[in-house]
Amino acid sequence: MKRDIILAGVGGQGILSIAAAIGMAALDSGLYLKQAEVHGMSQRGGDVSSNLRIADHEIASDLIPYGQADLIISVEPMESLRYLPYLSADGWVITNIKPFINIGNYPEMDKLMADISSLKKHIALDADDIARNLGSARSANMVILGAAALFLEIPAEKLRDAIRKLFGRKGEDIVNLNLGAYDAGLNFATAQIS
Amino acid sequence: MLLGDEAIAQAAIDAGVSGVYAYPGTPSTEITEFVKNSKEAREGTIHASWAANEKTAMEAALGMSYAGKRAMVCMKHVGMNVAADAFVNSAITGANGGLIVVAADDPSMHSSQNEQDSRFYGKFAMIPILEPSNQQEAYDMVLYGFELSEKLATPVMLRITTRLAHSRSGVLRMPGRDQNSVKLPSNLKQFILLPAIARKQYKTLVSKQADFTAMSETGGFNKFTEGPDHSMGIITTGIAVNYLMENFPDRKVPFPVLKIGQYPLPKSLVEKIYSECDSLLLLEEGNPVVEEMLRGYLNHGKPIHGRLDGTISFDGELNPNIVAVALGQADTRGRNIPATVVGRPPSLCKGCPHIYSYNALNQALETWSKGRVFSDIGCYTLGALEPFNAINSCVDMGASITMAKGASDAGLNPAVAVIGDSTFIHSGITGLIDCVNDNSSVTVIILDNATTAMTGGQDSAATGKIENICQGVGVDPEHIITLNPSPKYHEENMAAIRKELDYKGVSVVIPRRECIQTATRNLKVARKEAKPQ
Repeated sequence: MKRDIILAGVGGQGILSIAAAIGMAALDSGLYLKQAEVHGMSQRGGDVSSNLRIADHEIASDLIPYGQADLIISVEPMESLRYLPYLSADGWVITNIKPFINIGNYPEMDKLMADISSLKKHIALDADDIARNLGSARSANMVILGAAALFLEIPAEKLRDAIRKLFGRKGEDIVNLNLGAYDAGLNFATAQIS
Repeated sequence: MLLGDEAIAQAAIDAGVSGVYAYPGTPSTEITEFVKNSKEAREGTIHASWAANEKTAMEAALGMSYAGKRAMVCMKHVGMNVAADAFVNSAITGANGGLIVVAADDPSMHSSQNEQDSRFYGKFAMIPILEPSNQQEAYDMVLYGFELSEKLATPVMLRITTRLAHSRSGVLRMPGRDQNSVKLPSNLKQFILLPAIARKQYKTLVSKQADFTAMSETGGFNKFTEGPDHSMGIITTGIAVNYLMENFPDRKVPFPVLKIGQYPLPKSLVEKIYSECDSLLLLEEGNPVVEEMLRGYLNHGKPIHGRLDGTISFDGELNPNIVAVALGQADTRGRNIPATVVGRPPSLCKGCPHIYSYNALNQALETWSKGRVFSDIGCYTLGALEPFNAINSCVDMGASITMAKGASDAGLNPAVAVIGDSTFIHSGITGLIDCVNDNSSVTVIILDNATTAMTGGQDSAATGKIENICQGVGVDPEHIITLNPSPKYHEENMAAIRKELDYKGVSVVIPRRECIQTATRNLKVARKEAKPQ
């Protein structure tokens, strides 16, 4: 078993919280893990990505080879497309459709959505909207994690445990909000593929 | 699960390090941050601090080594240029307490202005270099490196690259070791590099080379693995071995492989792979250091492939695909990026004080021709991009002030330098002294956001000192002015800058407002502390 995941977003959007949750759950499941992060200049509003590799055997490279990613998980629609050369032929793209517009030449939304819709296997959702409706606008990343959960091959309970650990020190309310966000994403994805 | 940087930091703590010195620089910053946040550092048993620059850090580490304790100094590759004087001479003095110099290179220039390979420095200084291939090896090599340093009385370089520094993996720790006690060198003249002593010390260093090579043969970090197909042998350095293995799912490479992790090169192993194979493929993360050595200038030996013959691009970091193509395997690149996707360069944060400093400066300069602003290394270098287009140079730490001086000497007036508060301390003060001594016509803008922002908000050694420093080196107090870089003061700031641009002499303008990132962080902490329990 192996899961090669590219996490994508814009510097400051906090993609590493998703990576941390998946990483924790993977380790708890006794899997090997490597995670390459972007630190430094790009964190200032530039495009950022993280390579997360999970396997039941030792992993060689920190970087995912082209055409081998099982999943692209993106918290921003344009960024979900930037890493397509890494996606395997039957890989999934899970993406937020709420744009983060900090450049003057951001593409038109309908063109972006057409590109995303043309992907054979994709789940596109407005995670910000879903999170806001749950009363926790800051949990959009956990909505995205929930939407990706079906494809991670990690037991659901391990992912929920990881969220509990990740937000535990912020109190029970915050934990429950994030678990709720995770469930909402999971339900969306489940409805989408059935 | 530790970042490569964190594995190095944890290993230093476990190896009984007494001092860790550094100036922040991507991708090395997290090493010192980890040590600074450790229980040992907070309790004061390990001295961990940000130095004014890499040279002062290197020298402090050398002083700690002189006193018999273990010391580590960490920097990014271009920091090696700043520390080079102390670094190269530390090879001649030799070490007393274990001394490790961590150089974090940045191939592909993710956050840097060049991709120089620090192994050249290690070779130049003639000291052993360790180059880990993964996080566990990074940890193990720090423990080994301190032993090696003390055994052979030499500084040891640990060379890493961005991918290892900023990638996480599981690391197994060893039991901790006590710190050394103070014990001065048995020869109290060892560190006096007067010519008469330096000549002896240099001979000692030269004579140690055979020992260094012997350690490379036995250290365990250089490994030869046999393969059935001798038409080619593969030599990897550092993390390149991972990209090689990635292309063989069963991890069985059909060719003999020599994995290098310790230098000087292990002569007998290199001799073995060279003599037993028809050709060689060199996989190095960074410059073709080993490739160049084995190939020689005339390249009359066996065919050697790598970055020098174009099998692999000369520049840029490696990845599994580049290695696959070099091995003659198929390129597995998936779908192309749709044309809709546009670049998203980094930018100044919303509310960043630099935005308003550049807006005021740009307008103040409107009456003159373009191309007069010399900048420096930091967040404010992003002033090069749209919508500001505010700067015309970024070369090395401190170069803004001195390049502005040179341009002014050439007749470009006004000439403006833009430098951050931390960079000013790092390497700007000496340039300002040159300006004062020559009464150069330069306007030096010191953007004071009270932190080292680009690397994540480390303390700035400049905080509260800038005006005093400028006055102290002889800048006329009437031409040291401060501004509040906020939109509501735009007109006032613009007028103040214009007045200084008109002045024919050294003036210093200090736009001062806290970095928006650290301000937000500090506000959060303050709110938390104010909350009733």
